[in-house]
Amino acid sequence: MTDTIVIAELSKGKINATTNELVTAAGMLGSNCTLVVPCTESSVANDAGSITGITKVIAAKSSVFETYDAAAWAEALDSASPSGIVITSASAQSKDLAARLAARRSVSVIQDVTGIQNGTLSTPIYSGKAIQNVSLNGDAVVTIRANIFRPAENSGNCDVQVLDTTGNLATALQEMVQRASERLDVSEANIIVSGGRGMGTPANFSHLEEIADKLGAAVGASRAAVDTWEEIPHSMQVGQTGKTVNPNLYIAVGISGAIQHLAGMRSSKYIVAINKDAEAPIFQHADYGIVASWEDALPVLSNSLASLLG
Amino acid sequence: MVNIAVLVKQVPDTNSKIQIVGDRVDLSSVKMEISPYDEFAVENALQHKESEGGTVTAITVGNDGADKVLKGVKALGVDNIVRLDYDGYMDSNGLQSVLADEIKSGGYDVVYCGKSAADTGAGSTGPGIAERLGWGSISNATEIKFGEGLMVTSPAEGGDAIASLSLPAVVSCDKGSIKVRKSNVKGIMMAKRAQVDVKSVSPPSPTITIVSEVMPPAKPAGKKYEGAQSAQTVAQLLRDEANVI
Ligand SMILES: Cc1cc2nc3c(=O)[nH]c(=O)nc-3n(C[C@H](O)[C@H](O)[C@H](O)COP(=O)(O)OP(=O)(O)OC[C@H]3O[C@@H](n4cnc5c(N)ncnc54)[C@H](O)[C@@H]3O)c2cc1C
Repeated sequence: MTDTIVIAELSKGKINATTNELVTAAGMLGSNCTLVVPCTESSVANDAGSITGITKVIAAKSSVFETYDAAAWAEALDSASPSGIVITSASAQSKDLAARLAARRSVSVIQDVTGIQNGTLSTPIYSGKAIQNVSLNGDAVVTIRANIFRPAENSGNCDVQVLDTTGNLATALQEMVQRASERLDVSEANIIVSGGRGMGTPANFSHLEEIADKLGAAVGASRAAVDTWEEIPHSMQVGQTGKTVNPNLYIAVGISGAIQHLAGMRSSKYIVAINKDAEAPIFQHADYGIVASWEDALPVLSNSLASLLG
Repeated sequence: MVNIAVLVKQVPDTNSKIQIVGDRVDLSSVKMEISPYDEFAVENALQHKESEGGTVTAITVGNDGADKVLKGVKALGVDNIVRLDYDGYMDSNGLQSVLADEIKSGGYDVVYCGKSAADTGAGSTGPGIAERLGWGSISNATEIKFGEGLMVTSPAEGGDAIASLSLPAVVSCDKGSIKVRKSNVKGIMMAKRAQVDVKSVSPPSPTITIVSEVMPPAKPAGKKYEGAQSAQTVAQLLRDEANVI
């Protein structure tokens, strides 16, 4: 069996829970899994040894990991990682990093893996209209979509080795522009409430925000909403030319369900559609469809959530 | 004078239906067009030229069917169009190798590409080429300011990062706020007569094998309710059946 290397996924300076999902995927692709944690302080990796299924933790310590720089990260992580199949998350940043790691090692990169069976990896192609199954003829770099693989448990105990690494920075951060709202970005959220042109006015998105606040959700939008209303930024757009999301729950309100919108959200675990047109294509993809105007349905939903969530 | 390259790819029109014949996607009756994000890459390349002076060369990999996409961007104002002629399957390693070789021999200062292609959705090409060339790169750029180097805005945790990037470099482009120009009749006429510079390539053999291509598993039919009051039922199901809230 090939050795595997998982690059830990970080958010807000901590190891993100999707890392456990990556370890599960690694177990399906090979054995002897090394977890490499990019960090500026090795304490970040302190608890990582408890993830079940890994044999070793390498805390790859370097000042280059302060902010993301593709070239420097790839160089540092490549030097910290043994040979084998390298596995990262399929977040935008990690996909970028994975492509560089693969190029550095002159191997192929397989992005957005959504399934692994008997050594065959499945990835969506044509925006999820088809699935491509590929097999590896050697080492490769593989990125794994979040929320699909069962997370590995935390009942293990292996050593953490600290390794000083470095790389050449190719970019210099000039400014971080914090998002105006405190709200989660659609690419980070487990639950997304999205509005389309059917919302009528951008001000009506406040009704979606109210629901989102109850659920700890992000607010998304269709392209029609983004294109029609200046107040709805492109960063909220889900779909072919927006973000691809994979939440546990996607609530589409006043969205018709065009193929390009589906491209960005069809792999959501559960889809709820609220639309006044019973024939809207979104209903073919919804687990739960509500044929009603949002003006009528959202207050009921809001009240029900309030009593359920206490 | 900046020597600018922009990578373009032909993909099925995003409205098209994808069919499987045997165990492969069959594109024979599908309309092909330029991959949507590549349009932003072309626009940025042209704006870079207009700002700093230079030439823009569009490069694609494929068979002669891809010439249509090259002529399309020629009509927008691209100076040169190059096709790396290949009709078989290349994995990411093969594709990036031939593109990196071409970029190196062309003496380019900067490469623009789309953040991902609408067929694979992978987004590996830009950063992969940069790594092979030993260049810096920024992916998913939403805004670019041109000068001696580039000032690039791209999404980062909690917001946007604005970073400087010196040339040579690769930038993969997201939509952002730029408006993509349209071709005019004069441009289209000129593009018709334009010569595609066709070059042969020999990529390293793939290190992965495509086993099959299949339709996505059909989702079991959902539950559909009439009327606003059903929102209460659905909320309850989200808790009891789906366990997601
Ligand atoms: C190359 C390309 C890329 C694209 N990329 C994207 C993309 O990334 N994301 C994307 O979303 N689209 C994308 N599109 C556009 C896509 O084709 C659709 O036009 C778009 O998704 C439609 O948005 P919508 O559903 O909000 O609007 P509409 O199609 O206008 O639908 C509005 C819906 O709201 C319903 N409605 C109206 N009033 C109410 C009410 N009071 N209560 C409840 N329901 C109501 C209507 O019944 C209707 O179904 C792309 C298109 C192209 C060609």
